[in-house]
Amino acid sequence: MPERIGHLLAIEPLSAEQITFFLDQSKPFQQIQRHPLKKLATLRGKSVALAFFEPSTRTRISFATAAARLGADTMSLQAASSSLKKGESLIDTVHTLEAMKPDCIVLRHAASGAADFIARHVAIPVINAGDGLHEHPTQALLDALTIRDRRGGLEGLSVTILGDISHSRVARSNIHLLSKFGARITLCGPAMWLPRELELLAPGVRRCSRIEEALDGADVVIALRVQQERLNEPALPRDEYIRQFQLTRSRLAGARPDALLLHPGPIIRGLEVESPVADGPQSCVLEQVTNGLAVRMALLFLLIGGTGGIEDLPHASD
Amino acid sequence: MPVVEKKQVMSATEMDRTLQRLAHEIVERTADIDRLALVGIRRRGIPLAERLARNIGAVVGHPISVGSIDITLYRDDLSTTATQPEVHASDIPAVDDRDILLVDDVLYTARTIRAAINGLFDLGRPRRIRLCVLIDRGHRELPIEASFVGRVVQTTLSELVDVRLQEIDGEERVMLIDRVP
Repeated sequence: MPERIGHLLAIEPLSAEQITFFLDQSKPFQQIQRHPLKKLATLRGKSVALAFFEPSTRTRISFATAAARLGADTMSLQAASSSLKKGESLIDTVHTLEAMKPDCIVLRHAASGAADFIARHVAIPVINAGDGLHEHPTQALLDALTIRDRRGGLEGLSVTILGDISHSRVARSNIHLLSKFGARITLCGPAMWLPRELELLAPGVRRCSRIEEALDGADVVIALRVQQERLNEPALPRDEYIRQFQLTRSRLAGARPDALLLHPGPIIRGLEVESPVADGPQSCVLEQVTNGLAVRMALLFLLIGGTGGIEDLPHASD
Repeated sequence: MPVVEKKQVMSATEMDRTLQRLAHEIVERTADIDRLALVGIRRRGIPLAERLARNIGAVVGHPISVGSIDITLYRDDLSTTATQPEVHASDIPAVDDRDILLVDDVLYTARTIRAAINGLFDLGRPRRIRLCVLIDRGHRELPIEASFVGRVVQTTLSELVDVRLQEIDGEERVMLIDRVP
């Protein structure tokens, strides 16, 4: 039995064994998504603080649903209505939340390192739901679970990540996770979003400016969301991005025939990905959403569930 | 926790004979054998359920559906401790309108059985749920009794009934052991 897990702040410091443990623990929770009755009482009486200092719909709903299905209550803080607008500091807001005695804090914040900072100041587990340009560890775990289910393993994959890499915490978490299993990772996108430093993130990472070359022989393609507001810059108009980097059917044909397409959502059809590709058999987009619930349920269970540790004593099997 | 072995409750031969007898009893008291599905409670209920299903299958002449349930998520004693909890996959046959027979090694407080019943109900509405155990050691904390019992063993609260199965423990016998304070 592994050492008790305290927080989930980032993928980078985890070992391949720890990641495998998280993924294995998510399997029973995938089954629960298929049950007619999905609500458990496992974490009854526990509460989870959802502290989202940055707008989020999908991740917040996923964590809220995961907590609800385990029987835990949630207290929710949202950027628009938070006291941050009134000038309260992050640490004061979090201490206020903590004083309401939640058993765990799920934190999203625009500043890189926010989750790590909070974890050093509170006495309860912290889950990083995205911090600035740093990491989004639960997204990388759900992506890995999706890939492992479809391909049967994570070892030695050829992975291509497309889009705005430099601003993507999803890309960073995925690079760290997949490279721990020996992935060869190709990053592809406009030069301004592809700084040289990205190659230093992990061994086996290379940059590539031509999408056809980047996709050649890929087992997995991860398309990132492109923020429309970043495409207003004269350096790269929207039409030019589509012409050079949109994942089309004919471009995807250059990857392996069974290559998987992942996208963290929300997808902007006709920008990052052509519609038929997003809906095609290689697309794992909706599985990712369902797996997100399983991964987040597993994490909440591992972090705030407990056991008497009597499983292997004979009398426990009463 | 130090323990001392006090005596052997069942030998390998006795266990085998008991599982044969239980299989016959189950067949005798199951009107519609096609609806029967065995569900072993993790861990030692699983190999027992598989063996019982084989024995029953040999009596009736066709295979009996068998599955497993992990009750970690349904326990009532999950409280924060220093130990890392772990959950395992369940593999439960369709339960709607089935005649489910839960199988476990030792019936004690019955809290595990309560948890397993809750787990089954999340999957549908079985026609009936019964329970088969190798050993009933008493000291119930819930009004639950087994439908089929291999052997009743009188125990004190400080004693443990340790069922060892070839598939898990590499040996085959039931021991009564005592916790040394």
